[in-house]
Amino acid sequence: MQTLTKNTIGGKEIMLNGEGFLVHAEDWDKQLAIGIAVAEGIADLTDDHWKVINFCRQTAQNSKSPTLRQITTGTGISTKTMFALFPKGPAKKVARIAGLGKPEGCV
Amino acid sequence: MEESTRKIAFVCSKGDLDMAYPALVMGWAALGNGIDVTMFFTFWGMDMIRKTRQDHLQIAPVGNTSMKLSMMGIKTDNAGIPNLLGVLPGMTAVATKLMKDKMHSIGVPPVSEYLSMLVDGGAHLYACKMSVDMMGLKKEDFVEGVIDIVTAGDFMDMTEGAQIIFI
Repeated sequence: MQTLTKNTIGGKEIMLNGEGFLVHAEDWDKQLAIGIAVAEGIADLTDDHWKVINFCRQTAQNSKSPTLRQITTGTGISTKTMFALFPKGPAKKVARIAGLGKPEGCV
Repeated sequence: MEESTRKIAFVCSKGDLDMAYPALVMGWAALGNGIDVTMFFTFWGMDMIRKTRQDHLQIAPVGNTSMKLSMMGIKTDNAGIPNLLGVLPGMTAVATKLMKDKMHSIGVPPVSEYLSMLVDGGAHLYACKMSVDMMGLKKEDFVEGVIDIVTAGDFMDMTEGAQIIFI
């Protein structure tokens, strides 16, 4: 059983699971994404960040975010750029910011 | 406040197709978790980073007790591939093609592409000096992303505090 934590991000109270993923998908909005990004160490969400976030939200299955390889092949954004945009674990990081569940799959 | 980064190092010593993937899969997963990854290629493992070899790795059915006839589409449950059959010319190529097709069908990239993904993700790749000397190789024989040819001692220095996985 994962522990859930109540967090206040950007003035909004939300529930996160033990790994920092949003519990209630309906809580997500762009303002919240900006707040989560700051908490994840990304001060500014650029157009490229949004391109990835939007792609993940559009292609998420059962609210699970796509894997990094699915993101790079789907958006045309390179692996290198993904690690620059979302340092230290891009797929998980973008999943948290996009309010989705943890990506599943080994590639 | 920055947490100290977890470090993992893989020693890749095998050049068989099936033994190339564990480090690639785990290394990729580690990068995806924000873990620092170092890969040290030694002996036959250097085939994974040799330009002329990395996309020609093979898997041999001879002496491979895990490889079953059923994997070749012949419904025979646990019956293995007889070694006598495995020695026939072309059997290694057949087994290799079979494995590559299976990997492709589940979306796993070939070794060269997988490795370049790891390099792009920030993995540090090194070749083993003794193996390089033994096989008469040069840095130019290796793919882009291989940082240097280093000794076992260098490897120990650079992996201080890391978890080391030998494959």
